[in-house]
Amino acid sequence: MFHDLLNKFGSSKKKPKSIPVTLSTRIRLARNLKEFPFPGKAEEGQRRAVLSKCMDAMNDMDTLKESTSLEVDDLSELDRQILVEKHLISPELSQVDEGSGIVLSSDRNCCVMINEEDHLRIQVLQPGLEFEKVWKRADELDSKIESQVNYAYDCELGFLTACPTNLGTGLRASAMMHLPGLVMSKNMDKVINAVNQLGIAVRGLFGEGSDASGSIFQISNQQTLGESEGAIIDRLNETLKNIVTQENFAREKLMQDDGLRLTDKISRAVGILKSCHLIQSSESMDLLSLIRLATDFNMLPERFRSLTDRMFIEIQPGHVQFSAGKPVEPSDRDRLRAELLRKEFGRTPQLNLEGAS
Amino acid sequence: MKCHHCDKQATVHLTQILNGQMHKMDLCESCAQANGVTNPENLSIGTLMDSTEGETKPPAGSMVCESCGTTHQDFKKGGRLGCEACYHVFRPVLDPLLEGMHAGTQHLGKIPSGSESRVKFEQSVDDLKKQLLTAIENEDFEKAAQLRDELKALEQDAQV
Repeated sequence: MFHDLLNKFGSSKKKPKSIPVTLSTRIRLARNLKEFPFPGKAEEGQRRAVLSKCMDAMNDMDTLKESTSLEVDDLSELDRQILVEKHLISPELSQVDEGSGIVLSSDRNCCVMINEEDHLRIQVLQPGLEFEKVWKRADELDSKIESQVNYAYDCELGFLTACPTNLGTGLRASAMMHLPGLVMSKNMDKVINAVNQLGIAVRGLFGEGSDASGSIFQISNQQTLGESEGAIIDRLNETLKNIVTQENFAREKLMQDDGLRLTDKISRAVGILKSCHLIQSSESMDLLSLIRLATDFNMLPERFRSLTDRMFIEIQPGHVQFSAGKPVEPSDRDRLRAELLRKEFGRTPQLNLEGAS
Repeated sequence: MKCHHCDKQATVHLTQILNGQMHKMDLCESCAQANGVTNPENLSIGTLMDSTEGETKPPAGSMVCESCGTTHQDFKKGGRLGCEACYHVFRPVLDPLLEGMHAGTQHLGKIPSGSESRVKFEQSVDDLKKQLLTAIENEDFEKAAQLRDELKALEQDAQV
């Protein structure tokens, strides 16, 4: 059943729309049940009790119709890795032993982790920059769960969490941003410093700091207490819109100043993706990033943007092995990854340099 | 300049801000070492916190949550608390941390609807208690008696 679910990921009929710069929006709420120690201090019996209480609370819930409930124990190493690569569960949850679970909605936009660092981590994600919709869904789901269980809550400190950095709203709002313009023009450090001052954190999605592979960054609020959810999200949203403006400005400038070099880089990326026979994931990420950029410049048809977004995930080590149907040695993964990329990009058309703006 | 502890020449000059007041101390090399001053690891914010705690409350190092067994050491090391009760036990060391960590220290977000009535109740009890104290301080005993009755009624309602 789990593998059916994973297979559905790739072949979903309803293709998510994909827009320039912002890959996806996510909201996570951290919650704990009253009268149980937090997962880190809970005994196995207590963890099991929390797990079944939470699973029961989410059973028969409209928002989670046809959802899949899984216990982490029942999943193989590879299954767990796949869920981590899809950003549905955290690496921490994939490491736990007993009494942890996942509830995943059929559209895969809601994923609730049970007994990770907190009893409940309610997550909602969606492609594009869509905080309003994502917050609405997370808020609803949270309220429905709360009608079935008692949350640990204090009127001064808000929702109580294992780590005081999540205290209050328990809200972490984030967006996955594709920022090759700011990286290539070497402005990323400046942006990181500026937004840090606003209580907003930036980290590379794959890798750290300003040289994240694929130029993909996760940008999120750091503070959770002392402001309402609306205020936190508005501030982040404003900052993200500014970053999008800066990114677009950097791209235009790169094209104006040294368009030939950029076009050359993109063409070479197409060349390698079409003809490689061995390729590591970090190199693939950087090439895919250039393809996404080319699509934003109208050099390639729109569909290449969603193709890149899908490939960002499918070239990850777990996914390559999943497609192969068995665990594969790293060197052989590079061969399989190259095969996949050749197949997907083999018929990439000539770059439309007229359309480049 | 002589050492604070012995008559040797002071070479280590320590300035610390404790409870908002600046304290200066001059020590010789050996006394400084004996007090752990020269070892930067011993001069973490945590230790400074301990020494400020020590003046008014039991040493923070001995704090332990009876409900889940989390100690102050555990919290300093892992940055995680173990249960709801930890938030009461470690409140004195937590408050200064929260001020630096967050935009404010009062929750302004969502109130769980199930807890709404409970929260409102706790708030009214707190309010009444504060008013009661003020009334007693002002020797307004008539008002105090009235507030005491209100408080009693509220608590009786809650038990029903």
